[in-house]
Amino acid sequence: MKNSSLLIRTVIIVVITLIGIYLVIGPRGSVEASDFSWQGIKQNVSENINLGLDLRGGSHLVMRVKTDDYLKKLTQNNEAAALAAAKEAQLPVADGSFVAAGNNYQVTLNLTDGSQAQAVIDEVKKKVDFSGWTESTNGNQINWSLPVAAQKVLADQAVTQAERIIESRINAFGVKEPTFQRHGASDSGQLLLQMPGVDDPERIKDLIKAESRLSLMKIVSPPNPSPVQIYPTKEAAEQSIAGAPNRRVMVYADRDAAAPVNQTQPDQQPKQYVVIEEPEVVGGNELRDASAVSRTGNDSDYQISFSFKPNGAQKFGEWTGKNIGNYMAVVLNDEVKSAAYIKSQIFDSGEISGRFTKGTAEDLALTLKSGALPAQIEYQEERTVGPSLGADSIRAGVLASVAGLVFIVIFMLIYYRGAGVNAVIALLLNMLLTLAGLIVLDSTLTLPGIAGLILGIGMAVDSNVLIFERMREELRAGKSVAKSIEQGFDRAFITIIDTHVTTIISAVILYMYGSGPIRGFAVTLILGLLINLFSAVFVSRTIFMWLLERNPSMKKLSI
Amino acid sequence: MFQIFTNINVDWMGLRKPLIAVSVLVLLAGLISAVGRQLTPGGTDAFNLGVDFQGGTFITAKFKNQKPSEDEIRTALQNVGVNESVIQASTDKQDEVLIKVPLIAGNTENQTPENAANPDAQTGLDTATQTQNNQVNAGRDKVRQALSTFGKEAEGTSSLADDAAASYKIVGTDYVGPVAGEQLRNQAVLATLLGLIGILLFIAFRYDWTYAAGAVIAVFHDVLITLAFFSVFQWEVSLTVLAALLTLVGFSVNDSIVIFDRIRENLTLHRDRSLYSLTNQSINQTMSRTIVTNGLVFLAVLALVLFGGEVLRGFSLALFVGSITGTYSTIAIASPIAIWWQDKLGAAQVRRTEVQKTEQLASASRRSVSRRPIAR
Repeated sequence: MKNSSLLIRTVIIVVITLIGIYLVIGPRGSVEASDFSWQGIKQNVSENINLGLDLRGGSHLVMRVKTDDYLKKLTQNNEAAALAAAKEAQLPVADGSFVAAGNNYQVTLNLTDGSQAQAVIDEVKKKVDFSGWTESTNGNQINWSLPVAAQKVLADQAVTQAERIIESRINAFGVKEPTFQRHGASDSGQLLLQMPGVDDPERIKDLIKAESRLSLMKIVSPPNPSPVQIYPTKEAAEQSIAGAPNRRVMVYADRDAAAPVNQTQPDQQPKQYVVIEEPEVVGGNELRDASAVSRTGNDSDYQISFSFKPNGAQKFGEWTGKNIGNYMAVVLNDEVKSAAYIKSQIFDSGEISGRFTKGTAEDLALTLKSGALPAQIEYQEERTVGPSLGADSIRAGVLASVAGLVFIVIFMLIYYRGAGVNAVIALLLNMLLTLAGLIVLDSTLTLPGIAGLILGIGMAVDSNVLIFERMREELRAGKSVAKSIEQGFDRAFITIIDTHVTTIISAVILYMYGSGPIRGFAVTLILGLLINLFSAVFVSRTIFMWLLERNPSMKKLSI
Repeated sequence: MFQIFTNINVDWMGLRKPLIAVSVLVLLAGLISAVGRQLTPGGTDAFNLGVDFQGGTFITAKFKNQKPSEDEIRTALQNVGVNESVIQASTDKQDEVLIKVPLIAGNTENQTPENAANPDAQTGLDTATQTQNNQVNAGRDKVRQALSTFGKEAEGTSSLADDAAASYKIVGTDYVGPVAGEQLRNQAVLATLLGLIGILLFIAFRYDWTYAAGAVIAVFHDVLITLAFFSVFQWEVSLTVLAALLTLVGFSVNDSIVIFDRIRENLTLHRDRSLYSLTNQSINQTMSRTIVTNGLVFLAVLALVLFGGEVLRGFSLALFVGSITGTYSTIAIASPIAIWWQDKLGAAQVRRTEVQKTEQLASASRRSVSRRPIAR
């Protein structure tokens, strides 16, 4: 009877060990002859174990979408649009105002005749999207306020949109194996980007953050728009508007103007201004494609050509058809990049000129294509590890693990002799299976993870020490070898369970509330502890059973 | 058998007062260091918080030929306007320097795209780039600027060895913004407290509230003593130190549990003896396990301290201190508190002598500990 239970135990141990060995050093694809060579095994191990960025080198970025700015902008735009809509319909509105602070987002319109409130509301709703807002009227006032729940929904939409846009920018840039996901609490607006192998993330960071809002607008520079009337000062430009609605002054950077004379202080350069008409004719969200094209073959003379989606093309075509002989502004980030004379109806393409270099033109084309971010992005955390530093860390981690292991093995063999061999087998099995567990969970091994591995070894040894010390006590009390082994395992088992459960509790909490690298530590520690219950108790006991089986009347135990 | 400890018979409970006095002294030293440092104007803070918790930029720079001295780097940083820098030569790698600079206030935080737009810079992207650099990479740029007085940095992705003209390269950067720093700090405190509560509940479930309290107070003691060391020696407190603190919480509780387990077992075996002497006996019986296990953990940690490298330094040091105090606190803090509490509850009389007439009391105290059946 004992025999069969020993057989079952042995089979379980052998099967699990073989699976562990295969997971750690086995090939993932088909088996080849090279998989049995030392080099092949090393290759397989490094492919199987997923190293964290701190070990393989790479960049870890936590960014936040400024959702409060997004809501503020939305409130501001809605206020302007509502006022414009009411004025256009010649309804009795005096002025409008908005509040955007904390959790309070409100738009207020003041009427000169309160009885017309419903008419104003109806007119505004035709033009402005106030869905989700709470509407109220009070005398001569109409008020829209955004409830907190709706704020969360809108903010979340903005984050999702930003996530999609940033993802397309990352992919277009060609980052290898990036992971990009939400980070932190659900309403934190945080995104986490991990890029293995990237050790200088400057360019990609700029690219992700770039606003690149493109719009095409009509230039109205009265009195005579031919050629474009340019003002030397902002004041002069503002004066020419003279209170006309839907006009705005913008900075104009002429592409053919000479390069700034004073390179060191570009702010000192004279500025030029033009007047444009709002709203925009077509916006960047209507873009289908954008690409960098060289004008003359010279590296510093690139421009961006773009084309529209069908809807945008139609809008653009209609507008250019009606405005032949007028001027159109290509506006990038609120700055007029070029002013084009409309010779004939244009449907679906255009260009942005300026003194772009190849790199900036390509980045700009890329950000334009991915669409404009709904709100600004700010970086909150960056951790970049160069590949050489990562390799040094692996070396240090491996050296420390091996040294720790060697210390422990030597001590166990000297102190517990025969039983020490037993403990060493359990330890090695623990390490092997912990690595296999990491592979199965597809978890990454980080530097703190290696530390967790070492501490797992510490706990594994503790289990063996507890058992062996207990056996020694029983032997000293004059019990037989078989009885001592049994009592040693049984009594120590309760303690082992208690100690493991407490440590697992704290490790699980670390995993739940810790971040990034700490999680790696928690995962290896938890795995090591669970596996230890198998290796230090089950396997170790089986070895003792096997010894007893061979020599049932054993008088002396090497311990 | 080869044994280090057999038949130890030390009256640990009798030694509890001098042992607790030692703890109080170390804790006082830590408190004086923390409060003193905090109150000294212009001095160091209570703790040398890493960028993880207070925000800032931490840079690892590797030099090729002549590594400038720490003072030279500090002066160079002062020249570019960074006064509060911490510069540290890597202890295990001769050619590396670790530089920590505090958060540098970006003056562009409130700059809107409108006024950021600059018509005379070459392109819109260039202006945008400048704005972002001010905000995010101020720290790294300042360090770069300062280090460039010693030579050129290796370009882009080329390694230091490949670029003949270069004399240094920034091989690692940790930047943590003010919001993320606060978030990580709160997370750390939350994780530690929840961890302790979890352990308290588990021990209360498995043993008794008095034991749970003893173990948790012992754990608090270990964490505080370790923190005292970090304050006195101004070792840097980073995220990995937090991981180490939680690990030592686990180890310390383990030690307490091993002894509690033995006390519980002895209570059922020796119904005629006082809790006081049983506790002593249990500590002595498990002493060889305590020494062997902790000695081995200590060896593993020693390996980490010696070979683990700069990145794991804080972690290793925390465990180094923790593994010593963890063992000590189990004997000097956890058990006396558990016993003292039971004594206060009137359930156990702690006496120096083996007791004849306290059998009732001992069995009364036993009820509270052995309420749960011992599974075999």
